[in-house]
Amino acid sequence: MSRGVGITGMGIVSAIGLSVEENLLALSQSRCGISRIDNFDTRHRDNVLVGEIKLSNRDLEDRIGLTKGHSLTRTGMLGILAARQALQQAELDLKDTSIRTGLISSTSVGGMDVTEKYFYAYMQDVELQHYIRSHDAGVSTQQIADDLGLRGAVTTISTACSSAANAIMLGARLIKSGRLDRVIVGGTDALSKFTLNGFNTLMILSDTYCRPFDQHRKGLNLGEAAAYLVLESEELIAKEEKTVLARVVGYGNANDAFHQTASSENGEGAFLAMQKAFAVGGIEPRQIDYINVHGTATPNNDLSEGRALLRAFGEKVPIFSSTKSFTGHTLAAAAAIEAVYSVLAIQEGMVFPNLHFETAMEEFDLIPQVDVLHKEIDYVLSNSFGFGGNCSTLILGR
Amino acid sequence: MKEKCFIRGIGVVSAQGIWRSDFFDEAVEITVSKAYAEQPSYKELIAPNMIRRMSKGIKMGIYAAQQALDEAGVSELDAVITGTGLGCLEDSEKFLKNVLDNDEEFLTPTSFIQSTHNTVGAQIALRLGCKAYNFTYVNGAVSFESALLDSLEQLQGGDAHSILVGGIDEISGHTFTLKQLIGEVKADDVQETIRTSNSAGVNYGEGATFFTLSHVSSVDSYAEVVDVCVQNRLDKEELADFVDRFLDVNKLDRSVISALVLGNSGDITYDHYFEELGKLFEDRVQLYYKHLYGHSDIASAFGMATAAYVLKEQSIPENIVWKAGKQIPLTYVLLYNQYKGRDHSLVLLKRS
Repeated sequence: MSRGVGITGMGIVSAIGLSVEENLLALSQSRCGISRIDNFDTRHRDNVLVGEIKLSNRDLEDRIGLTKGHSLTRTGMLGILAARQALQQAELDLKDTSIRTGLISSTSVGGMDVTEKYFYAYMQDVELQHYIRSHDAGVSTQQIADDLGLRGAVTTISTACSSAANAIMLGARLIKSGRLDRVIVGGTDALSKFTLNGFNTLMILSDTYCRPFDQHRKGLNLGEAAAYLVLESEELIAKEEKTVLARVVGYGNANDAFHQTASSENGEGAFLAMQKAFAVGGIEPRQIDYINVHGTATPNNDLSEGRALLRAFGEKVPIFSSTKSFTGHTLAAAAAIEAVYSVLAIQEGMVFPNLHFETAMEEFDLIPQVDVLHKEIDYVLSNSFGFGGNCSTLILGR
Repeated sequence: MKEKCFIRGIGVVSAQGIWRSDFFDEAVEITVSKAYAEQPSYKELIAPNMIRRMSKGIKMGIYAAQQALDEAGVSELDAVITGTGLGCLEDSEKFLKNVLDNDEEFLTPTSFIQSTHNTVGAQIALRLGCKAYNFTYVNGAVSFESALLDSLEQLQGGDAHSILVGGIDEISGHTFTLKQLIGEVKADDVQETIRTSNSAGVNYGEGATFFTLSHVSSVDSYAEVVDVCVQNRLDKEELADFVDRFLDVNKLDRSVISALVLGNSGDITYDHYFEELGKLFEDRVQLYYKHLYGHSDIASAFGMATAAYVLKEQSIPENIVWKAGKQIPLTYVLLYNQYKGRDHSLVLLKRS
């Protein structure tokens, strides 16, 4: 059994805080970050709740120190804020080019937040045209790399709501195979009219606080966030005598191959992803102390995921919760913020609650953890699933 | 002991039509700023109601993927990995326009559902009933190379035996008007080839290129993929070192390279990178391919198909020669691509 790849730094911005410390405080106080949309106008404002970061684009520009004429989108700016924190905690010196460093980011909307504002206006307004390039998903990653001063292997993954799990997985693999010495992995997605309306047409947005794994759940709250983790090789960690926060122990990716957006009834893809993660990590299901479930609170996801959990763990499903009840579903960033929460769970010995849960689902006897629970945690399993049947599982360990 | 990675099958949908034995003989140089793919008949592969609903990117992807699988005679896959620069543009644009034009009312989900970047990979998996690993890379000009790197890691590490890997990009209305506005794509009235180009921007070409990769070779294999690397930024002065380090990792040096396949795009502001790389291999033959496929973020996948073809046939079609060089047996072919001085990639193929 390998010890996994060490995590030496992390950074996060979400609806419950602009740093790791702020996020931990909100989680440990059961303080939910779901609210009405303030940062852009939408006719759905009174009908949906979201996990919005209460900083305007102007606020973000100020925090980063951008000057007029920059071409960063909200997605890019959130990414920069989180990535800088991760770098700082890991004390990375990117100037040393003998250490092979990579950045693997993920996003689903890319620069859509800017595109949807100026799509037609671009034709008349030359002043805006510098934003046109920023639409492409990969550009947000380029911009983050440039901000960090990173030159090396840089790429972007977009597999909808499982994206960041896949970025973390790839990063861990590239370290293990010896291609990279260290890699910054994670994801970023801003709220946009595009995704809000998209999920609205699918009728899976909740008009109340989302209630994962509740019989009366009505759908998800969309959110926005960014989070990055720094992974480093054993050799480098030993050489630089760094503190390891936790380790990426196991990972698995599988496709449900059932429907473009819906999950299969028996959670086949999710089950396969968990099985692969156990195999990679050399971990028995009974060793998992806490599951940070995907738990979007859509009728379809929670039923499918619940069945997959029962298949993977039998009747002894470990303590689980969905932290999307705090942050909303932050799409491509979701698995990255949940990886940060999983590391915090291990570090703090704390299971974060599944807020707003009241009634168990009738299909099975799975009750999420509803209050903060203090207990020793060695292994956390985190699930993330996305459109296109994409199912990913990460196992993080002490 | 590292396993190997062989190209066993190729599939292409492009401005020159589909992949076939006389592909290069029949190819015609692109002179328009937007080269639309010649669409094959999809009715043998896709149900009629789905053909209507799917964007051309999805259909081209499905077609090219199936062609690559058929040629390799592979049906069991351990991974489906795709790359795309712009993603499912047609559906994204359609949904966005509906949101904007109808002020967030009267929307239907189909185009949103099909707008995510991983739609093509997902639809391929759905059609094949393939529950294996499924990733999509979206990083500009290294989108395909990222997918290839992932494939290579899995095959060399022994985690996979057969992988379907490919790239897809499609042209869509307003986005391309915007790309022309900022000079990324040449204007409609410019009629230049890559060789005659006197302007910035590219002739863009849509299409899909897929490969079936396997850890074992067969008599029909095209070539072996030896290695790939990507680099976000690189000054022209660093190119030599970039190439030498890459070759050195593979315990090779410049002398073993028998031909170069370069990503010249006709953008005069950045094509000097290719010229610079060519100088490192002064007497070797230099090939190009974007004059037949057009430029796109994943055009370099077609570049790899071109290199694989040349290695398999052991002959070079005249119409892909950028610069002639000395006649030597084709053993190692090195591919180099970049876009606007960013997202550089090297791919090394070897005769199998």
